Amino acid sequence: MSTAAVTANRGLFKGFNLRQKTILLISCLSVLLLAIVVSSTFIDDNALSTDFRSKNLAPSLEHPFGTDWMGRDMFIRTLGGLGLSIVIGALASSISTVMSVILGLLSSIGKIEDSIVSWLVDLFLSIPHLLLIILISIGLGGGATGVIIAVALSHWTSLTRVVRAEIKQIKTQDYIHISRNFGRSRWWIAKNHILPHLVPQFVLGTIVMFPHAILHEASVTFLGFGLSPHQPAIGIILSESMKYLSAGYWWLAFFPGLSLLIVILAFDMIGENMGKILDPKRAHE
Amino acid sequence: MNYRKLSIFMGKKALKLVFLLIVVCIASFWIVEQSPIDPVRAYIGEMSIQPEQKAKLEEYWGVNTPAHEKFLNWAENLLKGDLGTSLIYRMPVTDVVKERFAASLVLMASSWLLSGVLGFVLGIIAGMKNGTLIDKAIKVYCYILLAAPTFWLALIFLLIFAVNLGWFPVGLSVPIGVASEDVTFFDRIHHLILPTVTLSLLGVASIAMFTREKLIEVMESDYVLFAKARGEKGSTLVKRHGIRNVALPAITLQFLGFSELFGGAVLVEQVFSYPGIGQAAVAAGLRSDVPLLLAIVIVSAVFVYSGNLIADMIYEFVDPRIKQQEMRT
Repeated sequence: MSTAAVTANRGLFKGFNLRQKTILLISCLSVLLLAIVVSSTFIDDNALSTDFRSKNLAPSLEHPFGTDWMGRDMFIRTLGGLGLSIVIGALASSISTVMSVILGLLSSIGKIEDSIVSWLVDLFLSIPHLLLIILISIGLGGGATGVIIAVALSHWTSLTRVVRAEIKQIKTQDYIHISRNFGRSRWWIAKNHILPHLVPQFVLGTIVMFPHAILHEASVTFLGFGLSPHQPAIGIILSESMKYLSAGYWWLAFFPGLSLLIVILAFDMIGENMGKILDPKRAHE
Repeated sequence: MNYRKLSIFMGKKALKLVFLLIVVCIASFWIVEQSPIDPVRAYIGEMSIQPEQKAKLEEYWGVNTPAHEKFLNWAENLLKGDLGTSLIYRMPVTDVVKERFAASLVLMASSWLLSGVLGFVLGIIAGMKNGTLIDKAIKVYCYILLAAPTFWLALIFLLIFAVNLGWFPVGLSVPIGVASEDVTFFDRIHHLILPTVTLSLLGVASIAMFTREKLIEVMESDYVLFAKARGEKGSTLVKRHGIRNVALPAITLQFLGFSELFGGAVLVEQVFSYPGIGQAAVAAGLRSDVPLLLAIVIVSAVFVYSGNLIADMIYEFVDPRIKQQEMRT
């Protein structure tokens, strides 16, 4: 199952084999995402200065995404918002990955540790995800940091589950038993025999987590938690645009959301194709 | 069905729920207690008041009582069924939650059904036509839906159907300026359609993808091969062997999706200003209405748990094969 399944050997990239095509696709998408982040850091304040002469303009060649009620160019605001979203997503999913590595390894040590970890996972899944993020971010006093930490603290569950299942399977292997009989400690085995097998899972898990983290961050900001209204976050742009919907300024909502959708699709596709490269069983699909 | 087995099962689940709720209560209370929120500020809003009055209010809201004492008071009232008074609605939290949750339940139930039926049908079609253009179209549609932010879809729907075409009202669950007894059933339905459709979109994608995978798996099985050898084909084959085997896992998955449904409802209600529990949760969070927020957290935990419970019951009693399959993988 893939959005951009490069299967048949025909079309534009006939000269490449499947693996090369997959790598090509991944690198193209990565360059796109990287370009968004890099260019968003170069936005200077002049580009976002208010200019009431050109407020609420429909999309044109000069302003491809139109302008808002303060005459700011929506394309630049969207770019800034996407950059911010990707950075927050990166931060949140790396923190979440580290947490699932630790918890996953912890669960491999013994029975009691394992049940504690799976109980923690169940506890975090018992409240709707969005509500959990709201709750944690309030507990941290709101603000940008509150939202980032809340998003980071709530995404480790699914990866931890995957890692736990994987560990359970690895632990039945003969070499683990032999190593145990040679007198190695459980922690040593976890570190030297189990961890290396999990690296692909972590790489993949981080990438797959990205879109979720970005979507949740955007949703929570859209609802009005966290980032201040001056920040060019996608959620804030969209919640602002709600006020102008009945006035017919459709571009305020349409383009920023569409760009977010494209970014998320790009991450999904990278994850999907990365899985093909990392997983030898699926490499020939 | 074995009643003894059922009662043991339910007893275990009830105990689990009680334990879970205790932990959720303690944890969420602790989290909110960490917050630098000032309940007096939340109560009076932007008004300016005398220091004496502030001190009085502080005493009333128990700002200076130690946290564990506050928790014990709250928990004691909770056991009596009293969840305190909502700071923003100025009425008992129980009433707010009841009213709001009833409104949300209508929205969630209808979109849950819609997404289940639509997703299942799409999944069956895609699975039957595996590899064809229809299958690819449905797949792309599902991927895009899964990646689209719910609130953005809601905005776009509002833009197209309410603002440009004018088919549906822009928001709320009843018409503005009409006395509540004059609101007709049709009015309510009319206001419900757009939020329901938006909320169901997310569920459609996941159910359709799941059904598709499962159906393809079933169609490759030995018994389908045998059925084909006997001369069955086309839609009869899918109806007799495919749908029957795929329906139950899909229904189970739909029950497991209660958590996402609730999250989606929060966003959709916010965009359509639908007066449901999600909107109340956002208002409570933004304006620091701690009693209401805690109550909503508890209610949502029970809601999610009941979805999981139904799924578990399907595993346990209706079709134990699903459980065995899960264990093998």
